[in-house]
Amino acid sequence: MAKNEKSNLVSGWKQRKEVQMVPTRNGFGEGLLECGEKNSNTYVICADLTESTRTAAFEEAFPERFVRFGVAEQAMAAVAAGMALAGKRVWIASYAAFSPGRNWEQIRTTACLQNQNVKIAGAHAGVSVGPDGATHQMIEDIALMRVLPNMTVLVPCDAEETRKATILANEIDGPVYVRFAREKSPVFTKKDTPFELGKAQVFRNGDDIALIGCGTLVYECLHAAELLSEIGIEARVINNASVKPMDEETILKAAKECGAIVTVEEAQVAGGMGSAVAEFLAEHHPTPLSRIGMQDRFGESGEPQELLEHFKLTAPHIKTEALRVLKRKN
Amino acid sequence: MPHIRPIPTLTEKKLLELETRANQIRKDLIEMLTVAGSGHSAGPLGLADIFTALYFHVLRHDPKKPMWEMRDRLLLSCGHVVPIRYVAMAHAGYFPKHELMTLRKLGSRLQGHPEISHMPALENTSGPLGDGSPQSAGLAYIAKKEELPWHTYCILSDGELEAGITWEAAMFAAKYDLHNLTWIIDRNNIQIDGYTKDVMPLEPLRQKFESFNFHVIEVDGHNIAEFVDACRYAQSIWEHPVVIIAHTIPGKGVDFMEFDYKWHGAPPGKGPEDKVARNKQRETALKQIRTLGGTIQSECE
Repeated sequence: MAKNEKSNLVSGWKQRKEVQMVPTRNGFGEGLLECGEKNSNTYVICADLTESTRTAAFEEAFPERFVRFGVAEQAMAAVAAGMALAGKRVWIASYAAFSPGRNWEQIRTTACLQNQNVKIAGAHAGVSVGPDGATHQMIEDIALMRVLPNMTVLVPCDAEETRKATILANEIDGPVYVRFAREKSPVFTKKDTPFELGKAQVFRNGDDIALIGCGTLVYECLHAAELLSEIGIEARVINNASVKPMDEETILKAAKECGAIVTVEEAQVAGGMGSAVAEFLAEHHPTPLSRIGMQDRFGESGEPQELLEHFKLTAPHIKTEALRVLKRKN
Repeated sequence: MPHIRPIPTLTEKKLLELETRANQIRKDLIEMLTVAGSGHSAGPLGLADIFTALYFHVLRHDPKKPMWEMRDRLLLSCGHVVPIRYVAMAHAGYFPKHELMTLRKLGSRLQGHPEISHMPALENTSGPLGDGSPQSAGLAYIAKKEELPWHTYCILSDGELEAGITWEAAMFAAKYDLHNLTWIIDRNNIQIDGYTKDVMPLEPLRQKFESFNFHVIEVDGHNIAEFVDACRYAQSIWEHPVVIIAHTIPGKGVDFMEFDYKWHGAPPGKGPEDKVARNKQRETALKQIRTLGGTIQSECE
């Protein structure tokens, strides 16, 4: 079938050298500022990472609604829940390795079990953090957040979508985890690209195989689809940013129509977005599937791009994995 | 300018009423725990006087409108002592006393550890130690910022002070001078594995809190007049959060439970048998409470 480059993507997205490069965390900073303007009940608490989590702009605009908390992620989560009990919408910002990495129990008890408006901003997620190494490369966060009742998990694909995810998270009632990254990455969605809770977006049509991604690697999925197209294989590319609740309808449709699936994420495959897809399909429509991500190991120091290639998370590797799965397709 | 609703002075007559009430609350607690067949005895008994003082004198609250916005907030950080709170709340009129006998049963609002999804008037869900005090600080922070008149109280156990999150929360409370926040520490010297001094020493506790910029008041946690005075005194402190270290006797009122850490997590009928056989624990405990440890003759006898 003819490929259909949906108008959901910016024109010229294919040119790696020309596409605008912005870190997803910038989108978070912009979105947060909009949340602050829209809703005066929005508060932000940051654990000593004001600049790098991009909460500085909110602090400057709304100093009376900003708390510098210091390096104390556990109490930060519980204090946020206390403020939420007083009717506020409270963001807690840190590196994902520490929040939700260090404060999982506080998030479980005070945000999720109490079902409070605590919004967790997980910065510097994934191996693309780079030279800081494995201690700071959070890859278990999707799994940690996905298992919690009442929690919403959003993994936006670029800076623009991160802005939208932040605004959406602030509007949702209940706890939300928004995951984003450190490095600059392509901005390939547009202001009017839809972003809805529980909806996946099909960024490219195709019926031979479905590439389901989340986070900045969705861009690699699009390029992998181009590589596959060169050899006559048309891949559907799905941006599965709403990891929880997940768009089961779109996933099921892809499984039925494509018959083979590759999931792609910059996270531990165990428990990650790919696991969510696999769990769902195993019960509803078993489909040949392969999960690209971190394979039960930690990251290491290196340049971000170098690491993505080293851990086989880029377009050529996605293509290779797609071909492998296609052999299992009926 | 702080917004304060003064706690009334305690008259002799009211004090007597509160002491009588505390005794009734202890009796209901024993009955409730026996029926539940699991749960904590020592901590709740040790807190009977404090909960009575809070619900029947200190707190501004309305059992008929439990979520009244201007109510004082009472949080539990040590969720395991919640049985005594349930009994005090039933006595105050939040729910019928017979509901106490559903404690820890399937479908009950009275969960083993307090949950606001089952009963919003509990203010917070707790059990995992250390999580309540930071939430109380978050509430007090908003109340202070918005100049709301309610006061936030939070009850902490001494053992839970071993959790680092408490001190993270203390730094936050002190940073913002949350004078509208009062922590009450149940200093009963026991935790599950033994005496706190053996498991992990906490002293010097007063100095720890003072060095964290808290104003510290120490009281006899079984002297209701002294405790009420401390709460009144706490209202006059404007520059710091306040911690009341309430020295209590675990198991207070039942001599075979007093000071014995083995009674931390056991209900009557399932506790250690070194002093009283299990099948006699309930009635012996009730008799002890009825006669105030043998110092008076029970009306029933």
